[in-house]
Amino acid sequence: MNTTAANALSPETILAEMKKHGVTHVVYLPDSETNWLYLLMKADPAIRLVGVNREGHASSIAAGLWLGGAKPLILIQNTGMLESGDSIRGWLMSLNVPIVLMVGYRGWTRHGVTPDTVATYTERFLMAFGLNYYLIENDADSSRIAVAFEEAERTKRPVVILVGDEYHGFNR
Amino acid sequence: MMHTHDMMKAVARYRGDAILVPGRSGRYWITLSDNQPLDVELGDPAMGGHAGLGLGLALARPDKKVMLFDSEGDMQMSLGILATVAEQAPPNLYHFLIDNGVYATTGGQPVPNADKMQYDMIARGCGYPRTYAFTEIDDFERALPEIMGKPGPVFVACKVVPEIENEPIGRRRRWQTRTRDEVVVDLRSALVATR
Repeated sequence: MNTTAANALSPETILAEMKKHGVTHVVYLPDSETNWLYLLMKADPAIRLVGVNREGHASSIAAGLWLGGAKPLILIQNTGMLESGDSIRGWLMSLNVPIVLMVGYRGWTRHGVTPDTVATYTERFLMAFGLNYYLIENDADSSRIAVAFEEAERTKRPVVILVGDEYHGFNR
Repeated sequence: MMHTHDMMKAVARYRGDAILVPGRSGRYWITLSDNQPLDVELGDPAMGGHAGLGLGLALARPDKKVMLFDSEGDMQMSLGILATVAEQAPPNLYHFLIDNGVYATTGGQPVPNADKMQYDMIARGCGYPRTYAFTEIDDFERALPEIMGKPGPVFVACKVVPEIENEPIGRRRRWQTRTRDEVVVDLRSALVATR
């Protein structure tokens, strides 16, 4: 295994965590780097994919799934999370839906200053909404996914996982 | 044009043990319902999301019909959801659109292009296999056995008389008999306990 692969967040890890926590439906809009995860999910009969064409639709669909007894997960990019603000508030937070949102952290970097304004506002948005979040960047961070699922159930609130590996992991 | 209460009264005969999402028409539905635990009168958690809620319920509970009452203001805000519903194609989803042409709860301002919109055509173009449009209650009542007797997803656009509210929101009479939290608890108790 080369250094890049060892430091990457593999889509197999993400899928295994979803299944370990009983996810039945993934409501998603692809971001630029999640195609490998999409292919894995699509091939897995235990997961039903619900594709949306605007991230704001994902929250009410997920609310309906949860009300009906299913266990949804939302998979979107941070750009779409920003546009989903009122839907997250109304359909997830106000209905106390215990759900994990896995959010691609476009623009995230540990080096220098990001030129991408969506990265600038991502964590500020989450803080403004009072949504707790966990950053994952490689497979060594995967235990945080379990933390997010457990916290969502315990607090009956949405919990966000920021996927900060946009440029390496899902692209292999 | 029909009245929303008459339309929902006609539909009530076909409800059975369906999950019913009344959308913005909860104040009419609660006077007609005989199965409150399966009523999802959440009001308006966030505009544009009723169709998504109905879709999620239909996917989670394929063993039950889901009757969804959407409105054209919500629909215009979320037209793209029609493509998602059609792709998922839940055979248990019955999607009714109550089209009064205006934003009734804010004083009756027209929705964009209200007089020319053909929502059934949009739904058909997005891939709904069955779509209908009605302006008269008699025609609607005659078609209901066919609408409810075949698998979904089906989309039914109904043109209704606007019933406009101008009273400031804080002074409006509260029609709800349950809080939003109680609706959620009742529904989850009814659905999750019977899986």
